[in-house]
Amino acid sequence: MLAIIVFAVLTIVGFGFFGWNISKVRSNILLGKEVKRNDQKGERWRIMTLVALGQKKMFARPIPALLHLCLYAAFVITQIELIEIIADGLTGNHRMFHDALGGFYTFMVSFIEILSVLAFVATVFFLSRRNLLKLPRLNMKELAGWPKQDANLILIAEIILICFIFMMNGADEVLYSQGKSHLAGEGSLGFSISSLIGPAIFGSVSEHGLHLIERMGWWGHIAMVFGFLNYLPYSKHFHIVLAFPNTWYSNLEKKGKFNNMESVTAEVKLMMDPNADPYAAAPADAAPQRFGAKDVTDLTWKNLLDAYTCTECGRCTSSCPANQTGKLLSPRKIMMDTRDRLVEVGEGIRKNGKDFNDGKSLIGDYISEEEIWACTSCNACVQECPVNIDPLSIIVDLRRYLVMEESKMPSELTGMLTNIENNGAPWQFSPADRLNWKDEA
Amino acid sequence: MSVLKVPTMAEMMAQGETPDILFWVGCSGSFDDRAKKITKAVVKILNKCDVKFAVLGTEESCTGDPAKRAGNEFTFQMQAMMNIQVLDGYEVKKIVTACPHCFNTLKNEYPELGGNYEVIHHTQLIQGLINDGKLSIEGGGTYKGKKITFHDPCYLGRANDVYEAPRALIEKLDAELIEMKRCKTNGLCCGAGGAQMFKEAEKGNKEINVERTEDALETSAEIIATGCPFCNTMMTDGVKNFNKENEIQVLDVAELIANAADL
Repeated sequence: MLAIIVFAVLTIVGFGFFGWNISKVRSNILLGKEVKRNDQKGERWRIMTLVALGQKKMFARPIPALLHLCLYAAFVITQIELIEIIADGLTGNHRMFHDALGGFYTFMVSFIEILSVLAFVATVFFLSRRNLLKLPRLNMKELAGWPKQDANLILIAEIILICFIFMMNGADEVLYSQGKSHLAGEGSLGFSISSLIGPAIFGSVSEHGLHLIERMGWWGHIAMVFGFLNYLPYSKHFHIVLAFPNTWYSNLEKKGKFNNMESVTAEVKLMMDPNADPYAAAPADAAPQRFGAKDVTDLTWKNLLDAYTCTECGRCTSSCPANQTGKLLSPRKIMMDTRDRLVEVGEGIRKNGKDFNDGKSLIGDYISEEEIWACTSCNACVQECPVNIDPLSIIVDLRRYLVMEESKMPSELTGMLTNIENNGAPWQFSPADRLNWKDEA
Repeated sequence: MSVLKVPTMAEMMAQGETPDILFWVGCSGSFDDRAKKITKAVVKILNKCDVKFAVLGTEESCTGDPAKRAGNEFTFQMQAMMNIQVLDGYEVKKIVTACPHCFNTLKNEYPELGGNYEVIHHTQLIQGLINDGKLSIEGGGTYKGKKITFHDPCYLGRANDVYEAPRALIEKLDAELIEMKRCKTNGLCCGAGGAQMFKEAEKGNKEINVERTEDALETSAEIIATGCPFCNTMMTDGVKNFNKENEIQVLDVAELIANAADL
């Protein structure tokens, strides 16, 4: 009975705290500006299915994709076993689904065990790739400190979780073969992996010891799951949840299309309209609008969702031409900075109210001008992202702020813009000479 | 060399005629000495196929692409709206351009400002002309058997998913198309996009066009084909950086076709 109460409390606290964190993340994301991303629903479901569920874009790099798929499949399928653990925990039963599902139960657990072994292999590979092989994109300077720890912590947690599964199933296999399991019956549970390694590892352990190992595995498993769940909102690993909404809300336009700034359109139309009254008073409720983005609240909610979805894999950065040639720009860092700043602003607003101002901003305090001016807008980062994150649109909005609000830009660009305004070309040529090429030899 | 026939929209209108397509030359194509050759190659092809086209001539103005990429939406929209007024004044329906930056802006960014046109890249137009039998390259011409690699312009490829038209044209030359290790969706930028063409690069350890030229040199191609005047400049400079200008040429796909068809 005590076990049931402890379990119930753990479950409520586990889900409750997660829900509380999710609502914080949601309110942070909604600090962003509106952007319409709910048209063409059929296409959106298709993209989500292919890109998030089917991991289509991961397969641009087949080996990590395959290993990642093992982890992902193990994670998803293990949730079925988790349902049983929760059901058992709340009712005080042991392997509730065993008798009801019969042969299918054996198949299912066997399948989970095989996937768990594959996931174990993948995790070991990922850990060594990060820490021993020192893959460049996983050892860049923006990952120093917490991001690197975060990544390793997740991988180690996954290994521990897999160990718990095999402790639970392995010990129970030995108990069952002795007719001493809490599951009625005797023989072999017949699970693919634990029926082999269970007796090999735990064969000589006493009955008491076996029950202890089995319970440690069981409680360890569920504790890890709730721990993991609540770690997610603080971690880059949040992508396992947010990849789905993030791909659903993907940009469906051509990548080359930069969004149109309607606030500018209104002003340009006014300038070009000979009948417009330049002295007409602006509507009283019209708040002066900032052009471009100075801080995270000037970005769209999709940019902010992107930031939370980023798992810092660095495919964007490794494909970025500026980064490859030693420039300061790293699209991954753009996403990490956006998230870090958003968390800071979100906390500030919750503590100090809507008018919170700490004197800091995304551009300047987090992202430098040098970084954003190095971008060639080539869209390689957007193309590469396995969960359809768009670092480019953040870079463009930061440029817009610098240029239109602060008139800050590399001096050659000032010249280029002046040329366009004066001669209708980015270079200093007379518009009257535009057709001269026709008669030149 | 035969005289190029380059009617302007104004001339056409004065004669009460309407062209089938507007050739948007762009700033590079109008003013840059290297890019002007590409412009002429396109015109030769259009003339050869008797395409009823016109240019805007002095009425054309920058699409605003570099202003928009540099973050100046005001300058962009001013340019766009002035251009839209001119284009709509001539009732333009269809546009071809040899510049992927103009292509992207006209096609994707003008509609929301009221400019709706069917916009195609010159490689798509030429592909259509060949497919319709209006242009033929007998036996591949000058480039038969040559090794050619194609550099994907970002604003044609990733930005607008046009990968096949330029390649189909290279195939028509009976040439050997060799892909660089990074091509199509994985293509590496030449370094000119996003208004970089007009400024020095930020501090780094290498120029992007040098990095990209290395990709091209690795293929041991004799010709680097491009479909963008900016890429052309960047790759040409890249080749010069390796002192290989006598061994490897940088040519636009339109130039390859025009040369192969003896135009």
